[in-house]
Amino acid sequence: MTIAENQPVLLEIKELHKEYDGATVLDGIDLTVHKGEVVVVLGPSGCGKSTLLRCLNGLENVQGGSIHLAGQNLTDKTVDWKPVRQQVGMVFQNYDLFSHMTVLENVLLGPVKVQRRAKKEALEQAEQLLKRVGLYDRKDAYPRQLSGGQKQRIAIVRALCMNPQIMLFDEVTAALDPEMVREVLDVILGLAAQGMTMIIVTHEMGFAKAVADRIVFIDAGKICEVVTPDEFFTNPKTERAKQFLNIFQY
Amino acid sequence: MLNSGISVLVEGINLQRLMLGLAVTVRIALISIILGSLLGVFIGLIRSSKSKVIGFICRFYLEVFRIIPVLVWLFIIYFGVTNLLNIHLDGEVVALIVFSLWGAAEMSDIVRGALESLPKHQMESGLALGLSFWEVYRYILIPQAVRRMLPGAINLSTRMVKTTSLVVMIGVIDVVKVGQQIIERSVLKTPTASFWIYGLIFVLYFIVCYPLSKWSKNLEAKWEN
Repeated sequence: MTIAENQPVLLEIKELHKEYDGATVLDGIDLTVHKGEVVVVLGPSGCGKSTLLRCLNGLENVQGGSIHLAGQNLTDKTVDWKPVRQQVGMVFQNYDLFSHMTVLENVLLGPVKVQRRAKKEALEQAEQLLKRVGLYDRKDAYPRQLSGGQKQRIAIVRALCMNPQIMLFDEVTAALDPEMVREVLDVILGLAAQGMTMIIVTHEMGFAKAVADRIVFIDAGKICEVVTPDEFFTNPKTERAKQFLNIFQY
Repeated sequence: MLNSGISVLVEGINLQRLMLGLAVTVRIALISIILGSLLGVFIGLIRSSKSKVIGFICRFYLEVFRIIPVLVWLFIIYFGVTNLLNIHLDGEVVALIVFSLWGAAEMSDIVRGALESLPKHQMESGLALGLSFWEVYRYILIPQAVRRMLPGAINLSTRMVKTTSLVVMIGVIDVVKVGQQIIERSVLKTPTASFWIYGLIFVLYFIVCYPLSKWSKNLEAKWEN
């Protein structure tokens, strides 16, 4: 029982079904995420973790089931993704900053062009967020002048500056040099401490243990376990989860 | 004698005539580059469409202009099409049509190549921020593509300036034709006329094209920082 469960439900996924050219990728996913909760999704490569995240902000279309975000049905055919995506911040594996824009321009594009906020107000927030991730002094740099870890922290700030209700992290440290993983994970841990609702797909087991309220273990497009990190790492219930964890223990 | 020959350049209204010829060359090139670029960017953009019909039409258009020499295009339109439709088109108008369409075909391929060379994730990152499909093009993909296509576009522009010399073949009096006329008239009096006149034309083409490549180098350097 986590504290978050007293909070209202923010995201409710029911019987989610997704196919690529006839091959089933997500096979009846049920998941409820409360406000302020941190859910870490684990599972072997190709199990559908990333696809699940991509369905949540409309980068993939789904073939069945429903997704409700703050009461709005996202699987409705007439859904307007523009306002939804402002509520759902997403950070990708390849930290795709826009290479022709400075750090500040990257961060301000969404707030100013999409949300039509006043430049001055958005700039204040952007600078504050950059200070928080320790990159204020790099605000006028271009992406190519930054390290991978710095780029990924900027990508997180870019998503945060839209004031999303929920953040999705899709293997955000997988492409990073091991030395830079820590600085990015620290930022995410900081967000968790502040009560940000997050769904995190990762292969960093130590991090998953530290940040998660709940672990969701997916295999072959199905949820096998939804448990606390303690339980998952000390006493996994399913055989599949045991096998998966064995890979990470030498 | 070489040193007496150079005076052919300033004799009578020779220089003035050459400049007027150059104006024709530059006018055809400039208008074609502008029209060709606009049309080419448009075609390049719609080529990224998933529609097979649009893709086929665009590819057909590009190949037709690549495979058939510009000279043949000039002839087809100036002599063939006008004859068939029983209309008269001024040589310069035909030149503008052919060079604009040729420029657009080549330009569309440069634009497509630049867009395709951008990482796929740029589109998704933009969409994830809540930008619409066209806003992603406007704020993210096109500004980056422009930087990548600049060398190719400038190269195309200088090629178009140089290729305008073909318009002589459909009776347009450009700088090269004026030069020939002056040489024919002066060659008995000044045997070295062709050296001096063509020499000047050589320099004139250089003066027209060099600023283009200089400008593109400056822009590239600017974007590098």
